Amino acid sequence: MSDETASDPLEDAAPAGTAGHDTALDGLLDGVRTGTVTMDDFRITPDTLRHQADVARAHANPQLAENLERAAELVDVPDEEVLALYELLRPRRASATELEAAAASLAGRGAVRNAALVREAAAVYARRGLLRPA
Amino acid sequence: MTAVPAGRPGGTRIGRFRLMDAQRVNLDGFAVEDAALGLIAFDSPDDPAPSLVVRDGRVVVLDGRAEDDFDVVDEFVARHGLDLSVADEAMGLPDVGLARMLVDPAVARDAVVRLVAGTTPAKLARVLATLRPAELTIAMTKMRARRTPSNQAHVTNRSDDPLLLAADAATAAAFGFREVETTVPVLGDAPSNAVAVSVGAAVGSAGVLVQCSVEEATELVLGMRGLVSYAETVSLYGTEQIFVDGDDTPWSKAFLTSAYASRGVKMRVTSGGGAEALMGGAEGRSMFYLESRCVALARAIGAQGVQNGGIDSASVAGAVPRGVRSLMAENLMVMARGLEACTGNDALMSESDVRRTSRTMPIFLAGSDFVCSGFGSIQRYDNMFGPSQWNAEDLDDYLVMQRDWGVDGGLRTAQHDDVARLRRRAVHAVQAVYRHLGLADLDDVWAEQAIDAAGSKDVPAADLMAPLAASRMIRETGLTMVDVVAALDACGFDVEARRLLGLLRARVRGDYLQTAAIFDESFRVLSLVTDPNDYTGPGTGYTPTAPRQTEIDTVRQQRSVADLRAEQAHGASDTLRVVRAAAGGSDPRDVVIGVSPAVGRAIWTTLSGLAVVDVLDELLAGLEEEGCVGRVVRVNATVDLGLIGLTAARLAGSGIGIGLQGKGTALIHRRDLAPLANLELYSVAPTVDGPLYRLLGANAARHAKGATPEPARNPYSDEAIEARYHTRVVALVAIERGCCGPTPPEELELA
Repeated sequence: MSDETASDPLEDAAPAGTAGHDTALDGLLDGVRTGTVTMDDFRITPDTLRHQADVARAHANPQLAENLERAAELVDVPDEEVLALYELLRPRRASATELEAAAASLAGRGAVRNAALVREAAAVYARRGLLRPA
Repeated sequence: MTAVPAGRPGGTRIGRFRLMDAQRVNLDGFAVEDAALGLIAFDSPDDPAPSLVVRDGRVVVLDGRAEDDFDVVDEFVARHGLDLSVADEAMGLPDVGLARMLVDPAVARDAVVRLVAGTTPAKLARVLATLRPAELTIAMTKMRARRTPSNQAHVTNRSDDPLLLAADAATAAAFGFREVETTVPVLGDAPSNAVAVSVGAAVGSAGVLVQCSVEEATELVLGMRGLVSYAETVSLYGTEQIFVDGDDTPWSKAFLTSAYASRGVKMRVTSGGGAEALMGGAEGRSMFYLESRCVALARAIGAQGVQNGGIDSASVAGAVPRGVRSLMAENLMVMARGLEACTGNDALMSESDVRRTSRTMPIFLAGSDFVCSGFGSIQRYDNMFGPSQWNAEDLDDYLVMQRDWGVDGGLRTAQHDDVARLRRRAVHAVQAVYRHLGLADLDDVWAEQAIDAAGSKDVPAADLMAPLAASRMIRETGLTMVDVVAALDACGFDVEARRLLGLLRARVRGDYLQTAAIFDESFRVLSLVTDPNDYTGPGTGYTPTAPRQTEIDTVRQQRSVADLRAEQAHGASDTLRVVRAAAGGSDPRDVVIGVSPAVGRAIWTTLSGLAVVDVLDELLAGLEEEGCVGRVVRVNATVDLGLIGLTAARLAGSGIGIGLQGKGTALIHRRDLAPLANLELYSVAPTVDGPLYRLLGANAARHAKGATPEPARNPYSDEAIEARYHTRVVALVAIERGCCGPTPPEELELA
């Protein structure tokens, strides 16, 4: 803020942790200033998620690993579609056909784990009355 | 129905019960255990016996239910939640056998987690139900995932005031909270709250994670846009009916969990004993068994952590026998399943300060990934989750409790001037960002009020429409955290811009998706992976570093002898002067007032705040009223008040002496009594006032004349008078000892 000069005590308000200058962050900040860095630059990659899945597995949590593997498949699925898929999986939102179509679409893009999750949901929803009433 | 049974028929209740009825604990509701309604903590008659049948690698019976009858929770846990390679071994262990492994420091945490992965919900519930409270504490010390304990704050207010949110988020970060959770009274305000709290927290410290608790899909959108850095309010329930009433299924939640991870955003789920009973859907099961199903499901869907311990239904659990114990056992269950534990202690579960402290204490002592899953860092009335178990009103209590027990509860003392500076900067940052992005023009009168405010009632200038308008703008323009970073940078808040950019970059690396991850102030990830709990008994596990221990120990209220000496020097005067060596008197009206060695040298003010010379004036006036003459003599050889009084009595012509310590304690002595005997003692120095000192003087004169003294009573107090003054007493006595010496008694003159 322009009215807070170097003599302003507020300048001292920056707590520790700024020592050991982070030059990579400088580059990012430059990108933010020039508009070349956007939210898309802060997307985790499928490979990183698979690596994190390996770490989780090595730390005795195969379920967390599976979650991260599913996440790896969703990285390239657009936000709106992710939200729509979540909505579809909520109780009594979808018919068996709609769920199967969603699963097939996911599988077609290599999102096989998510496809399996949706198909499993479809089977259980049918048995427990959680499909959309006709 | 009244909470307290009536007294004698037709009569009034006796005083002892009127007294007890009036205590705050009796505002709490206590329920008769009722298994049919789920009002039972452990072991409902309808809880199933543990069982697991596996055929060809597939679970076909889980806790007494065949797969054709699996409800959605059974199904998901059976298909995904259990490690069948250890199930035989784990299910075959006696309940007490596994319970002992949880407590035994010689059995490593990893070994327990491995076995627990093969237990069904009913089995793990039975195992943990065998642990006594002290055993739960030891087990929690060993089983939590992260070595370094931490804490989470609520930052909200009644008006979604972005300036106050920013100031309070900065304050929370200054006090050491590493996660900050906000929410909204008005759903539409969520984006503005997320931005204001994120900016404020970044002013307070680097690496503080921020969430905004709202409806599931809305929360995910905030996460996708980078406006929050973690999520927590993804609720799980232990019965199918309540799950579906909550408009979700285990599959929708599993998908949501992956959706967060796919955007590099940390998340944990929320459950808590009593939730199903509160919603009338417990199906006759105990709270603990249903919670065991939730925790097994949390593991099954791949969530890294769980917020539980009653949460919004903590007071339901608290209403039944052993309910508070079950809340802690729930937290331990999360740890035993290898997950991050955010251990409740959020919703206020009692009107009684004693009871709410009791509920938190063992978890606080054991240490947890997050001791509170929402310490209300703001005042009770501003907490839009409802009052918390711990609130801004209790911050000093909590800090002092850390110091008392030498434990790390995740918080640190913050100094007044630092907090004031951070609040100012946070308010200016949000003001600048909102202006820069065209979200709102928040004026300076409002800003000044927010900086100073202890709560939203102190900010009458807040415009309630501003957050709504700002939020609409954020939504419509698709504004992201990158835009906020750019605005901060453009407005000169480069430190904060870098900190928020650092949180965005952390998404790309994904290290904070691992179990129990937080950032320290240097943006290092502390998690199960990088900072695993290595407790294996005394001398192992987490101990605060020396600087951290200093933070815990150094509460702002502490005082040293040097501080006290300086305080005393402030009241110094030259009104007391030595005139001669004291000699024995012969006048029968001569009464000697013996004062302690530091009087007139280093101690000038008594504990009641009176100047010592004023006390002497009162004593002399009292003596004079009854026709006696007082002399003031400093006794240099001892700090013992009895001996000072006796020395004075032996110098006095009347044989009656008054002893007065600099801190104000006084007595009347007679020359023929033993040193520790005396005629009258005015022992509670902080409560002795001028009139009482005058009465003391008058009574000393009456003793000298052989008349009957007027009964003097020490003033009554129900205050913790010793707690208030004992540290000062120790310091004052040390000062007295420092003035002690071989100089014979000297007579003093009051100018």
